[in-house]
Amino acid sequence: MSDVLARLRALLGTAGVERDPDGLPRATPDSIEVLTQVCRVAHEEHWKIRLEGQGTWLAADAPADLALSTRGLDRVVSVSPADLVATVEAGATLEAVRRRLADDGMWFAVDPPGRPERTIGSILATATSGPLRLGFGPIRDHVLGCTVATGDGRVVTAGGRVVKNVAGYDLTKLQVGGFGGFGVIAEVNLRLRALPRADVTLVARGPRDALTGSARDLASAGIVPAALELLSPALAAEAEWVLAARFAGTDAATQSGARALQGVSRLSWQVLPAERSAGFWSVAGRALLGGPVTLRLGVLPDGLDDTLDMLAHHLDEGLVSAGAGGGMLRWTGEATAERLRTIRRTTAAREIPMTIERAPWPLRHAVGHFGAYREGVGRLVGGLRDSFDPGLSLQVALEGDDAGG
Amino acid sequence: MLPATIASLQSIVGARWVRHRRAELATYTMDGLPTRETVPGVVVLPGSRDEVIAVVRLLASEGVPFVARGAGTGLSGGALAESDAVIITLTRLTRILRIDPVARRAVVEPGVINARLSEAVLPFGLAYRPDPSSQSACTVGGNVAENAGGPHCLKYGVTTNHVAALEVVLPDGSVTRLGSPAGEAWGPDLVGLFVGSEGMFGIATEVTVRLEPIPASVETLLADFMSVRAAGEAVSAIIASGIVPAALEMMDQACVAAVEASIYAAGYPVDAAAVLLVELDGAGDAVAGEAEAVEAVLRRHGARGIRRAATPAERARLWQGRKKAFGAMGRIAPDLAVQDAVVPRSALPAVLDRIAEIGVRHRLTVSNVFHAGDGNLHPNISFDRRDAELSERVHDASREIMEACVQAGGSITGEHGVGSDKRDYMPLIFDAASLDAMCAVRRVFDPEGRANPRKVIPVHACREWRAGGVA
Ligand SMILES: Cc1cc2nc3c(=O)[nH]c(=O)nc-3n(C[C@H](O)[C@H](O)[C@H](O)COP(=O)(O)OP(=O)(O)OC[C@H]3O[C@@H](n4cnc5c(N)ncnc54)[C@H](O)[C@@H]3O)c2cc1C
Repeated sequence: MSDVLARLRALLGTAGVERDPDGLPRATPDSIEVLTQVCRVAHEEHWKIRLEGQGTWLAADAPADLALSTRGLDRVVSVSPADLVATVEAGATLEAVRRRLADDGMWFAVDPPGRPERTIGSILATATSGPLRLGFGPIRDHVLGCTVATGDGRVVTAGGRVVKNVAGYDLTKLQVGGFGGFGVIAEVNLRLRALPRADVTLVARGPRDALTGSARDLASAGIVPAALELLSPALAAEAEWVLAARFAGTDAATQSGARALQGVSRLSWQVLPAERSAGFWSVAGRALLGGPVTLRLGVLPDGLDDTLDMLAHHLDEGLVSAGAGGGMLRWTGEATAERLRTIRRTTAAREIPMTIERAPWPLRHAVGHFGAYREGVGRLVGGLRDSFDPGLSLQVALEGDDAGG
Repeated sequence: MLPATIASLQSIVGARWVRHRRAELATYTMDGLPTRETVPGVVVLPGSRDEVIAVVRLLASEGVPFVARGAGTGLSGGALAESDAVIITLTRLTRILRIDPVARRAVVEPGVINARLSEAVLPFGLAYRPDPSSQSACTVGGNVAENAGGPHCLKYGVTTNHVAALEVVLPDGSVTRLGSPAGEAWGPDLVGLFVGSEGMFGIATEVTVRLEPIPASVETLLADFMSVRAAGEAVSAIIASGIVPAALEMMDQACVAAVEASIYAAGYPVDAAAVLLVELDGAGDAVAGEAEAVEAVLRRHGARGIRRAATPAERARLWQGRKKAFGAMGRIAPDLAVQDAVVPRSALPAVLDRIAEIGVRHRLTVSNVFHAGDGNLHPNISFDRRDAELSERVHDASREIMEACVQAGGSITGEHGVGSDKRDYMPLIFDAASLDAMCAVRRVFDPEGRANPRKVIPVHACREWRAGGVA
C-alpha cells in the first residue's frame, strides 16, 4: 500500500495525495493530464481504482488499492450565454455550477436526487435524473459531449460543444449512466436553457390511486408540466401521498399550464408560494438519501400502481418519487440482496429494467447496478468495458455476482 | 459475388427479391448525395424480419460484407456498397406493429416511412416528432442509423431523443433487444450508442418510438431581413430570450429565389436577403404571448416585414417552401451538393459571411437553407457533376466551409451523418485516440468489420484496421 502512496506522490506531489479515513491513498488530480497518468500507472500496476466524487450519493466504499477523486477537477471552464452551452469539469458541484450559470441567466435543467453538492460527474455517471425529466428529458439529453480518461489512461473525447451533432458514433451515451465502468468522466459540455422567468409548483394530496388517476387525465388532455411527480407519504413527510406539478418557463406559459392543470384535474391543488417551491423540490430530492438502497425502475406511467404494489409487497412502501407523467420510479429503503434479485426478476418479466443506483458495496457487488444482462447484451457490455478499461482497473460492480451465476 | 451466395440469398427471399444484374443494380449505386457512385455486388430485399436475420446469418457464415439500406435518401453516401458487398434493402418491412396511445409508444418495422408513422398516430392526437425534410420518403430505420433531425427538432429533439427500444441483428446474425418501452436501459445505454451508428453496428429490425401529444395551438411567422447578418443576430436573440420555438429556420436570397421560381412558391419576398420561419406551439394563450414576444425581438433586430399564418392552409404553404427548398434548388442546376455542418448559434452571422466569401472566391452559387435555431447549416452548392473542373471547385469549397465551421467551434455534420462523404473530415474534430475508441466500439458490435465497411472512420485511424480486414 505504501508503494502505491509513493508512486502517486511522485506523480501528483504530496498535496495531491492523502490518505482517506481507512488509510487508502487518495489521489486528487487537478488536471485531466494527471488524471490520465494516475489511470495509466494503475493499469500498469494492476491496481484497482475506486472513483470518488463528493461521495454524497453513492458511498465511496468499493475495495481498492487507491481512491481517485475528481474533486480537484472542479472548474467551470467556459460558459456561453448566447449559445446556452457550458463546459465544466466533472468534479464541479451541481450547486456551484447552478450559481455560476444563474449569474448569466442560464439554467442546467436537471434536478437529480441527493444533495446539492453532488458532482456533475456523479450525476452523469449514474444518469440520475429527477422530476424535471418529464419536461426536459433524462440526463443524456443535457450532455453534448465529454472527455473521459479510460481505465488504462487514454484521453477520449466524444460529441462536441454544439447542440446538434452526429459526427461519429455517439460515445457520450456510453458514459452517461455507465457508472464509471467505461472511464472516468473528466469534463463535460452541457446543454443549457435560459433561466425560466417563472417557476410555479402546485401540490395535491390524497390516496395514491386518486393521484395517479388524475395524472392520467392530465396526460390524455395533453398537459405536460415540467414535472409531475408522485411522492410517497414518507418521502413527502405528510400523512398522504402527494402529487406535485411544476411549470417552468415564460410567465404566460406557466400560468396557462397551471390553469389548464386545475381545469382538468379534480384534485384540490395548492399553489406553493414562490419562496417555498425550490425548497420543496430539494427536500424531496434529499429525502431519497433516507435509506441505504435506492432503486430506479424504468416503468411507464400506466404501470406505476402495479409496480408500487409489488415493491410494497416485497420490500415496503419506502421513500418513493415517481414520474406520474412520464414514468420512472425511484425507491429508497432497506433491502437484502435476495429481495433485490426477486424484484429484478419480477420487473424484468414486465419489461421494466431495474438499476441499483445506491447501495453499500457488498450489496452492489452481489447484485450489480444492472444485474445479469439480457440475451446478447452481456457480450457487448463486456467488449465495451474491455475497450475502455482493459485491465478492469475501475472498481465498478455493473453486473454483480449474478452475471456469472 | 459467388453464384452460390446469390443462390442461397434467392432461396431465403425468393428469386425476384435478389437483384444482381448490372441494370437492376443501377437504382442502388447512389443515395441522395450526387458525388458518389458505387455498384454493389448484389441487392437483396427481404420481406420480413426473419428473412433479414437469415440473410445476415448467411453472409456471416460466408464472411461477406453488407450494407443496410432504407429509402436511399441519405446525403452522406452512407447506403452505398462496393462490389464485394450485399445491400440489404429494408423497404419491404413496412408494418406498424403497435400503437399504444396511452403509453405514447409505437413499435414499427424499419422500412416504415417517417411521414406514414406520423399519419398513423394522428387520429390519437399524437405525433412522431423528428421530421426530416425528406419525411415523405425516408425510413425510420434510416432515421435511426443517421440520428436524423428536422425543423421541429429544435424544441422536440432529434431521433435519439425519441427512440425507446430497438431490436437489432448484429453482423454475426445474433438478435438482441436493447432498451425498454419506458426508455430506460438494461445496463449501459446501448440504444443511445446504436442510434447514429450509420449502419455499422448491425441492422435495426424493430424500433419502439415515443410519441408526443399534438400541441393545442401553433403560430407560424415569416420575417424577412435586408441582411443575412441581421437575421442571424435575430436567431441568437430569440434563443437567448428563453423562448424555445418549435422551429426556427432560415433561407437566404438564393434559396428564396429558387423556391419562388418553382412550383413550391410560398410567397416569400424575393428581394429580402434572408427570411426566418419561426414556429411556436403549446397551450393556446401561452403561444399567443410568445408569438408577440418573438415578433418584438424580430423587429428589434431589423425585420422588415413579419407575416403570421392566419390559417392552416397558409401555414402549410409557408412550410412547403421550406420543406421543398432542396428540390427547388435542384432545379437551377443539374446537381446540388447539400452540405451539413453545425456552428455555435452565436457564430452564425460570422460563419455565414465566411461561407459567402468562400463561394465567391471559388466562383460557385451557394444557397443557404437551414435549421438556424440549432446552428445547423446547410450551405448548398449548385453544380454539374459532369464538369470535372467545377466538381473540383465544389470539393475544395466544401472542405473550406467545413474547416470554417470547425474553427468556429462547430461540427462537420448535424444530421446527415459522416458516411463516405465526410470520413476524411473526421480528424478535423477528433484526435487519434478518440477515433481509435470509435473503432474499438465498432469492433465490439462488428468484430469482422462487415457491416457498412469503409464509412465514418478514416481507415488510417484504426490501428487494427490497418493490420488487415475489409473495414
Ligand atoms: C431532400 C432531402 C431532405 C433531407 N432533409 C433532412 C433533414 O431535414 N434532416 C435529416 O436529418 N436528414 C435529411 N435528409 C437526409 C436523409 O433523408 C436522412 O438521413 C434519412 O434518415 C435517411 O433515411 P433513408 O431511409 O433514406 O436511409 P438510407 O439513405 O437508405 O440509409 C442511410 C444510412 O442508414 C443505414 N440504414 C438504413 N436502414 C437501416 C437499418 N434498418 N438499420 C441499420 N442501418 C440502417 C444505411 O446503411 C445508411 O448508412 C434529407 C434528404 C433529402 C434527399
